[in-house]
Amino acid sequence: MNLEGFLAQLAALATALVLAPLLTGWVNQWRAWLQNRSAPPLTQPLRVLHKLFRKETVMAHEASPLYRAAPYIVFACMLLAAAIIPTLATTLPLARAADAIALVGLFALARLFISLAAMDVGTPFGGLGARREMLVGFLAEPAFLMVLFTASLISDSTSLATIVSSLGQRELAILPSLAFAGVAFTMVSLAENARVPVDNPATHLELTMIHEALLLEYSGRHLALMEWAASLKLFAYSCAGLALFFPWGVAQANDRMALAFALPVLVAKLAVGGIGLALVETILAKMRIFRVPEFLATAFLLGVLALLVQLLLGA
Amino acid sequence: MMYTLAIQLVNLFAAGMLLLAFAMLAQRRILTLIHLYALQGLALTASTVTVAWATGQAHLYESAAITFALKVVVLPWILHRLIRRLNVKWDVETLINIPSMMLVGIVLVVFAFNLALPISEFSRSIARGTLGIALACVLMSFLMMITRSKAVPQVIGFLSMENGLFFAATSATYGMPMVVELGIALDVLVGMVILGVFLFQIRERFDSLDIRHLEKLKDD
Amino acid sequence: MDALAMLLAVPLAGAACLWLVGEREAAPEINAAASFLTLAAAAWLTAEVVSDGPFAAFHEQFFVDPLNVFLVALTAFVGFTTSLFSAPYMRNERDKGRMTPARLRLYHGMYQLFMLTMLLALTSNNMGILWVAMEAATLTTVLLVSVYRTPASLEAAWKYFILCGVGIAQALFGTILLYFAAERVLGAQGHALLWTHLDLVKHQLEPAIMSLAFVFLLVGYGTKVGLVPLHNWLPDAHAEGPTPISAVLSGLLLNVALYAVIRCKVLAEGALASHFAAHMMMAFGLVSTVTAAFFLSRQRDIKRMFAYSSIEHMGIMTFAFGMGGPIANFAGLLHMTVHSLVKSAIFFAVGHAAQKAGTQVMDEIRGLLRVSPRVGWGLMIGTLAILGMPPFGVFTSEFLILTTAMREQPWATPLLLLALGVAFAAIFGRVQPMVFGETTLGRLPYQPALAPVFVHLALALMLGLYIPPYLAAWYRQAARLLG
Repeated sequence: MNLEGFLAQLAALATALVLAPLLTGWVNQWRAWLQNRSAPPLTQPLRVLHKLFRKETVMAHEASPLYRAAPYIVFACMLLAAAIIPTLATTLPLARAADAIALVGLFALARLFISLAAMDVGTPFGGLGARREMLVGFLAEPAFLMVLFTASLISDSTSLATIVSSLGQRELAILPSLAFAGVAFTMVSLAENARVPVDNPATHLELTMIHEALLLEYSGRHLALMEWAASLKLFAYSCAGLALFFPWGVAQANDRMALAFALPVLVAKLAVGGIGLALVETILAKMRIFRVPEFLATAFLLGVLALLVQLLLGA
Repeated sequence: MMYTLAIQLVNLFAAGMLLLAFAMLAQRRILTLIHLYALQGLALTASTVTVAWATGQAHLYESAAITFALKVVVLPWILHRLIRRLNVKWDVETLINIPSMMLVGIVLVVFAFNLALPISEFSRSIARGTLGIALACVLMSFLMMITRSKAVPQVIGFLSMENGLFFAATSATYGMPMVVELGIALDVLVGMVILGVFLFQIRERFDSLDIRHLEKLKDD
Repeated sequence: MDALAMLLAVPLAGAACLWLVGEREAAPEINAAASFLTLAAAAWLTAEVVSDGPFAAFHEQFFVDPLNVFLVALTAFVGFTTSLFSAPYMRNERDKGRMTPARLRLYHGMYQLFMLTMLLALTSNNMGILWVAMEAATLTTVLLVSVYRTPASLEAAWKYFILCGVGIAQALFGTILLYFAAERVLGAQGHALLWTHLDLVKHQLEPAIMSLAFVFLLVGYGTKVGLVPLHNWLPDAHAEGPTPISAVLSGLLLNVALYAVIRCKVLAEGALASHFAAHMMMAFGLVSTVTAAFFLSRQRDIKRMFAYSSIEHMGIMTFAFGMGGPIANFAGLLHMTVHSLVKSAIFFAVGHAAQKAGTQVMDEIRGLLRVSPRVGWGLMIGTLAILGMPPFGVFTSEFLILTTAMREQPWATPLLLLALGVAFAAIFGRVQPMVFGETTLGRLPYQPALAPVFVHLALALMLGLYIPPYLAAWYRQAARLLG
């Protein structure tokens, strides 16, 4: 590992840590504008994090060490996920660990701990949220895997870096499989990041909530870590989507110029993606929780179709 | 270049047909079902035109014109009239389990692809890869007919099966001889009219278009 | 060629005419006259083929050889006798109020169109047009099955439409695959679906495609033949439609569908090194025969029972054609002839009996001999004939099939014998009390036309005792065509 690569990796990590809350803020801002409300400032999530880190952490008497450790594990998982997804460059030192299946594994690990922690305290909301989170997860993960398999079938590799660089370099072609995979990926991302139409990130204490129910008992710096992890997850998913379906502008080698150029491109792509997400959340209504399996089954179906079409049409 | 573009376009339309077949399989509303059927006809027309354009087979334009007239305009129009006159426009089929239908559909697609793969290699058509998709569309329409309990969705399944067959004809060979295609189109049209008459008879007799009324005849 | 044009033009003109005047008093006679003219055209065509040999016409779109001209003659003949039977039958139905003028017009018009589609299917040289005509045959009869508009008849017609539609769609896929295989040898467009051309190059057709094509074609047309397990529509459609329609469905449509299957089999056998097609047909035939035989005893409706008997006999024929070879093919063709004749005769007799009784339930039909000895004897003799009693033709053909099976497929013989035995017990046990014993039946205003019944039975008897040499030569020629 040379120094330059190490620095590039550090830069990518720092970018992720800063850009993730900003992305959340950006989406919130646009959502507010689209819904004719006055918007919070862009840096609002960062301020919230700042505030939470200074606050006292209160815990239930029955809380086990697992409960205490969960925020750190979840945060670490998300940070690692954001680091291995080729956001700025494809040839980072961690690229060797950046396997598509490992990525799904990291998300699953985080999900496991967040659900265990939610059940740990024994409040009804925690158990409810954990159950729903697992339901979403067990349907969304196969669909996500199908999307990743389709991409890896096109580029003959499950390494994210190879996928992105080969997708970025191929000539422009109409690929129905990627179109299907793209739609499936969008649906999975909406579900995984607790966005409308599966969950509403803007509500607290509603019987239909999923993600917020999991965090209900956390406070102070634990809550800050959890919120930050959620931002990082959104960031990781967005970057994965951009890398798979819009792979242009990601730096190839340890090329400083390209790396410097990659950052504004990434920010621009994220900005557009964020507006798109806000638009989706404004247009769609939240569906009943019983319909979620259908929604995710459709995503899975699209993923499988993408895979089949790719396998059989070679397109 | 034009050739590769044509192949990509045909594949795109084929993928669209497959997607629409799944959408029809899972669609509960009759009205939306008719729209999906018309869309499928449109995808079929587009793919036929693309093949005609890429290969210079003039008769395929005629075949595409027939397809368009019949499957995008006339049949959906008849179906619209039919459901309006029969007052079933907002009917919703309640008894379908969508996720399991999807799974069965996927199995059918895999089966169809496996069946078609060794055969499509013999084809010289630019659209040969889509033979499997065509067969899959046929099988899925078949599944739809089996699982629906209302008459109009069954009919739409029947018609969409015919779409799949037409697609198979363009993907394996460059369409059937014209006289055969005309004959098939005539049969479909006459069949549709007869079915229309027939649906009125059923409704008049049972006050409903639920096929579950039509399960009395059994060997006892 | 003129004969062929006349053969197809007459039913078309007849249909047009009957669409206009089908409800008039004279309509049944017009129907019969048109059918007679068709029969005359068929006779003329037959004479031409006998004297000049096979020929193709109209840009090779039509083709007549000993195999199909034999079926054309049979179809025209049974079509004519059925129209004779239908005249008093339909008048009785009208007086009972079951047939309104509109329904009569539909019935007569569709009857002629149905004849047209079958003759078209038989004489067409184009495998695609064959498919179109087979589908059209379903379309013309579906409204006839539901003509009484009872719940049961609507259900039967719906089943008939959907199942045959689905089946025939499989056949279309098979036809597409056939065209696909042929196009590689014969070039696109034009001749690639013409049977005469296909027959010449059948050894060059790609085996992988042809085997799949044959599976789809067999399943597709097999649905119309009524092969088990694709037979569900058949008993319902036979039982619920008017009896003349049951007679032509059983006596003609099933034959034409089987004709389509054997045309395809010839091509598939030529293309494939193995006997895949033959084995498929034998398996389907045997399963149909055995299954249908066991269903016979469970029937309570008389037309349903004879519908199952049709499935059984179609199974025997499919098995015979599957075995192939000169003797089995000869026997298969003979069986086709006698089955058509006898089964339609039975349906004529059954039609009158059911009309007298006002029901089709066998337990309520008793003592036919007391009321109408001729109907009673017709039914009794017909039943004995269809059960394969000597000296009727069915016995001859079944004997030939069984002996061939004994030599070539010995394992199948006990199964066939078992099926025949079960069928005998079931049918004879049911028909016997209907014919003999005390009666509950009344009289009908229009005297039944019983000439067709006895003419058919006499022909079947003749074929059992003595096959005229020219007819035998003709059968042999047709059997040779099938390989």
